Amino acid sequence: MTECACAQRLLAQDVDLTQVDKVIAAHGSDSGALIPVLQKVQDALGWLPKAAMDRIAAGLRVPASNVYGVATFYAQFRLKPVGKYIIKVCHGTACHVAGATKITEAFERELSVKDGETTADRMFTLESVACLGCCSLAPVAMVQKEAHGRLTGDKVAKVLAEYRKADGGK
Amino acid sequence: MAQVSQKIRISVGLGACGIAAGAQKTLSALEEAIAARALDVDLSITGCMGMCYREPLVEVRAPGKPGVVYMEILPERVPRLLDEAVAKGQLIQEWVATGDDGGGSEQAFLARQKRIVLRNCGHINPEEIDEYLAAGGYQALRKVLSGMSREQVIEEVKRSGLRGRGGAGFPTGQKWEFCAKAPGTEKYIICNADEGDPGAFMDRSVLESDPHSVLEGMVIAGYAIGSNHGYIYCRAEYPIAIHRLNIAIAQAEKKGYLGERILGKDFSFHITIKEGAGAFVCGEETALMASIEGKRGMPRLRPPFPAISGLWKKPTNINNVETFANVPWIITNGGAAYAAMGTEKSKGTKVFALAGKVRRGGLVEVPMGMTLRQVVEEVGGGILGGRKLKGVQMGGPSGGCIPESLADTPIDYDSITKTGAIMGSGGMVVIDDSTCMVDVARFFLDFTQKESCGKCTFCRVGTRRMLEILQRITEGQGREGDIETLEALAKNIKRGSLCGLGQTAPNPVLTTIRYFRDEYEAHIKEKRCPAKACRKLITYRVIAEKCPGCGVCLKVCPVKAIRGDKKVPHVIDPAICTRCGLCMDKCKLKAIEII
Repeated sequence: MTECACAQRLLAQDVDLTQVDKVIAAHGSDSGALIPVLQKVQDALGWLPKAAMDRIAAGLRVPASNVYGVATFYAQFRLKPVGKYIIKVCHGTACHVAGATKITEAFERELSVKDGETTADRMFTLESVACLGCCSLAPVAMVQKEAHGRLTGDKVAKVLAEYRKADGGK
Repeated sequence: MAQVSQKIRISVGLGACGIAAGAQKTLSALEEAIAARALDVDLSITGCMGMCYREPLVEVRAPGKPGVVYMEILPERVPRLLDEAVAKGQLIQEWVATGDDGGGSEQAFLARQKRIVLRNCGHINPEEIDEYLAAGGYQALRKVLSGMSREQVIEEVKRSGLRGRGGAGFPTGQKWEFCAKAPGTEKYIICNADEGDPGAFMDRSVLESDPHSVLEGMVIAGYAIGSNHGYIYCRAEYPIAIHRLNIAIAQAEKKGYLGERILGKDFSFHITIKEGAGAFVCGEETALMASIEGKRGMPRLRPPFPAISGLWKKPTNINNVETFANVPWIITNGGAAYAAMGTEKSKGTKVFALAGKVRRGGLVEVPMGMTLRQVVEEVGGGILGGRKLKGVQMGGPSGGCIPESLADTPIDYDSITKTGAIMGSGGMVVIDDSTCMVDVARFFLDFTQKESCGKCTFCRVGTRRMLEILQRITEGQGREGDIETLEALAKNIKRGSLCGLGQTAPNPVLTTIRYFRDEYEAHIKEKRCPAKACRKLITYRVIAEKCPGCGVCLKVCPVKAIRGDKKVPHVIDPAICTRCGLCMDKCKLKAIEII
């Protein structure tokens, strides 16, 4: 990500901490609550800004280092803002042998981003995931909750065009 | 109890595979078309029917008859399905996957299977407890609570010979007994639904298609070991499974099969769902428990084993989804009936997610003792595109590749272990001759290296070093001695790691070296990839005799590596070509080859 630090800081200030407080209040403070709280906060905000993690630490009375430790340990948690559409390219075994690497590369080419990055217009985030479990459709990519199966390099552009069109035809 | 319907019932397979293939759209199209035609039918949903390769699947069942499963029912097929198969009661032969008379093009897929865990999958609506009850559900729990002692339950499970289906194969009854005998009054049951192996989706399908069978198994286990609380630790990547589990728990509580004073007896059991957060290592039991406790999911040294000191330091019994789903059947039919299936030391059946280069890929359940070849050929219908079977990858990143020459190995824990692979949780990926085995080993190492939690040095650093070597080999930079270094590293990683992740991480490399050493040597010595898969070692070329010079490949090439005038065979410049394969995908005349 080539974003500058001040952009991050600005975003952090924009965080709606009342949403965080609501999640904490709903969960009580048993020591097993940290992961569910992080999940719900991420659901609400799309990612985990530092300000939100600090608030969770205070709310659950656990050290901020623990919160950060847990958030960085699990792949599900995002410490960077994401695009409107998250593209998950499956890299499970069946997809790998069916050419998943080429699919990721095709997305990289079409979006001009690297795997793991977000496009400059915040429209798409490209990710690789271990397995989506619909192996008979390999190679597969999932955009939001919709699966696109039996992909080829040239189908990728069509998939992206669908979402761009749905979003007002960019 | 559910009333036997007098109407025709139409069920759409809404497992994650079906949805991925468009089943939700099929369901909407059916709803609209049924309303438009004012048909008086029951439209329902069901889970996974197993035939992933023919999704979306729709079953049409006339009252009192077995259903007919129609395949590839996309919205455009809905009108004809309703007009002919439903309204007129005619068979649409060319769409029939499995008929009610044993006919249908996909009958062979089911013929050799034995469905115990999957007994209800694809038959009942997973969101309606009444349908589970009508299929004999919760009868086992009723039997247990109306007269069986805790010891008798454990004895029955021991008699069945059931072994842990998560992969390690520890005898389930014995595990329960350890936990039952452990001192302490507060005990826990955990269902491990953190199915993480790439290419494995057995547990997801069971949870999505028949969640009550797992809940029932857990309640029985709770009774047997003396626990009042269970957790299901489920991957967050399985939203449909979690949704249906929540529905199932609420319904079971309402009907008195879960919660306080179950079936009016002096036994209470509660179940909580914990969503995982995306860490493969959490499939390991001690890491999983750390995760439930809200910590980083890092394994710890055993002993003490969870049966003595587990979740919140209390005695804990962990089994996986498939193991629990077997339990109600065993209690209802008796341990002996279960033990009558399978081999001497591996009883019952095993569910596999059959995938890869096989014609009929899907969810299958076969009796233990069937050979790998039988699964690939008879259930899976052989290799796609008429290519050759090269091997079968079992057990995902902890397992290994079993070569075609050993395809007659029977599926049982001990025979599979002898090959260097493991039974694993049920991922079975079929590999053909277009797959490079060095690349497969690299693929799995890449996975385990990323998923290593970092606690043990050998696992953290060792897998990284192995990956670097494999990377070099697949890029044509292999050196003499690389194979030996890989073997030495593998040995030390196995010895120096605390948990199963590290102890098994080298298996994919060791088995491919053992059975496909010639491929490693071709990469290292001749800088050649025999399967033509490793990109640094291949070149794309236009076959001049087949190329009419149409310009399609030229236009699609993202790096402008293809040159040539119209109507003159084109040429690919290997120095510019990035081996993305787009031209080959696009060329309808198959005029591009890999050398």
